[in-house]
Order: sequence, then structure tokens, then C-alpha cells
Amino acid sequence: MATDWTVRAITRAMLPVLLVLTMVEIGSGLVLGSFEAQLLQYPTLLALVPVTIGTAGNLGSILAARLSTAFHLGTLSFDPRDENLAGNAVATLALAVSIFPVVGGGAWGLTAIVSGVQLAPGTVVAISLISGIALAILAITVTVAVTYVAYQFQLDPDDVVIPVVTNTCDVLGIVVLFATVQLVL
Amino acid sequence: MTVRDAARDAYREALPALAASLVGGLFAGVVLSGMRAELRAVPGLLVLVPALLATRGNVYGSLGARISTALHQGLIEPRIRGGDERLRAAVAAALANGLLVSSFAAIAAFAILTVFGGSVAPLPVLVATALLSGLLSGIALAGVVVTAVFAGYRRGRDPDTLVGPLVTTTGDLFGMLFLLVAVRLVLFVVGVI
Repeated sequence: MATDWTVRAITRAMLPVLLVLTMVEIGSGLVLGSFEAQLLQYPTLLALVPVTIGTAGNLGSILAARLSTAFHLGTLSFDPRDENLAGNAVATLALAVSIFPVVGGGAWGLTAIVSGVQLAPGTVVAISLISGIALAILAITVTVAVTYVAYQFQLDPDDVVIPVVTNTCDVLGIVVLFATVQLVL
Repeated sequence: MTVRDAARDAYREALPALAASLVGGLFAGVVLSGMRAELRAVPGLLVLVPALLATRGNVYGSLGARISTALHQGLIEPRIRGGDERLRAAVAAALANGLLVSSFAAIAAFAILTVFGGSVAPLPVLVATALLSGLLSGIALAGVVVTAVFAGYRRGRDPDTLVGPLVTTTGDLFGMLFLLVAVRLVLFVVGVI
């Protein structure tokens, strides 16, 4: 389905989806607002916010894109013993374990230069890594579930799965960060 | 193919894109952590942050995807000069949608916080901040996306693989930088009035 290249046609195709996604993101903003006092007290935690949302969304969307492609090629089956499915799940977890310590270390180092030190580097790396592992497991669960539902309803996974997964992971990123901060601090 | 092979392939393909967006996200975080004074001065602004960042990604990611598909199909020429009509319409639509959605987010956040009795800045302050940051970051992002996709295409790169990492990296960074600029301008104007 090609959209005409006019402002009106493009807007008609995009705006409804954008408005729905915005309401979802406002939901994650409200979670963020609920621990605003803590975030303002510890600038390092504030610095973790965009990068945690972004990385969680990316982990989900990369996995979703790979599963969608495998699904189109007919090389994917929804069986826990399926090598492709298991391999992609393992890779997502491995990516989280290697990326999130860098996220925590980077956020601590950069805010230490700009705003000074309030939290120990180990604490920030721990918050980031625990959130990352939890997010990877959630991203795998959400992506596989949404891909499976799309498959059951015979929807094209490319159209449905990626936007749903990316924005769900955005929200989960904030919720998990909030939960981890309460746990660790 | 074993699980180990599948995992190794997936890991190697995903790591560069994740690392690129990590850099953009970290710098966006530093900007956010540096605007604590503004966040205190404009209650409700923090609630808007995820929506505003996601809108940048959704709108300009879609603009990039649209332009790269059109390049593949030969619908547009990879040249900015000469002002192709289709290209101008696509950029105008992205800006218009970005502004509409940003102000919608500001109104929705204001309404929800008011209903639930949270402390929230006056509606005009939130809407003006969202619109101004949407306009400034929109102009910057449209410029970056169009220029980078055209330059990549002329050098024989597949623009489809450029758009994702480019928009996630620059979207967060420009989104936060121009949010800071916008809220400072709005607070300055409010102070003068």
C-alpha cells in the first residue's frame, strides 16, 4: 500500500498511530513522574533514563525484526527447541549483559564530570545491569508473544510487531528502572 | 544450524546498531540530568520527556524510511537542490505531524496530571515548550535525515540500513538538546511577562 506524497495523505496514514503511541508514552512518563524526587536527587539516575528506554526499545525491535524475517522465510517455528528462536533469545540476553554495564558506567562517568558524584559507580552499574537483564527477559517474552499472536491472526508481523514491541519496551524500560532503583537504593 | 551459531549471528549483527544508539542515549541523558532546574521550574515536563523523544524517533524514522524507499523506486532524485515537490511534502508532513503530536502530548499530560491532582505547570508553558522543541528538533532532524540518506545513497550504501541507527542516535540527542533550549526560552519569556 503506497501512500500519496501529499501532506494530507501522509498525515492520514501516520497521525492515528502516532496519537495512540503518544498516550502509551505518556503512561511511561507518569511512572517517571512518580519517582521524580529521587531522579532529581540523583542526576546519574536521570541520565540513565533516555539510554535505558532507547536500549530496551532497540533490543526488542531488533529481535522483532529478526523473528519477522525468519517468519517470512519460513525458518521459524514456535517451539522452544527451535534453534533459530532459542539462538535469538540467547543473543538478546547476551547483548543486554554486554551493553548495560557500559550504559551504567557511561552514565556514571559523564554525570560525574558534569554534576559531581552522588552514587558509587558500582551501584549505578548494578542498577543498570539488573534492569538490563530483566528487560531482556521481558523483551524476549513480549516479542515472542506478539509475533505469535500476529501469526495466529495472519497479520504481517512487520506491520504490527515492531511498533508494538518498541513502544512496549519503552514503557517497560521505565517501569523496570523504577523497580530496580527501589530495590537497590 | 545450532543454537550457538544462531545466537552468534544475531549478536554480531545487532551490536553495532546498539552501540551507536547507546552513545546518543548517554549524551541525551547527560543533557536531561543537567536540566534539573528546568524540570523543577516546569512540573509535568518530565512526564512529557518519553513521549517527546518517542515522537522524534517515530516521525523522523518514518520520514527516513519513506525517502529511502522512494530512492529505491526511483521516485525521487538524491538531490536537495531543485526542491523536489514530493520531498518537500514529505518533510512538511513530518514537521506538521511532529508539532501536532507534541502539542497533543502536552495537553494530555496536563489533563491527566490535573485530574489526578499532581502539580503541573500552566498549559501554555507546556504547550509552548513542546511546540518550540518539536519545531527546532524537527528542522535539525529533517536536515540530518535527508542529507545523510542522500549522501549514503550516492555512495552506494543501502539507505534502509542507515535510517534506523541514525534516527535513534540523533533523535534522542537533538530531542533533548532542543527541549533544553525550548524550556529555557519559554521560562525566559514567562519571566519577562
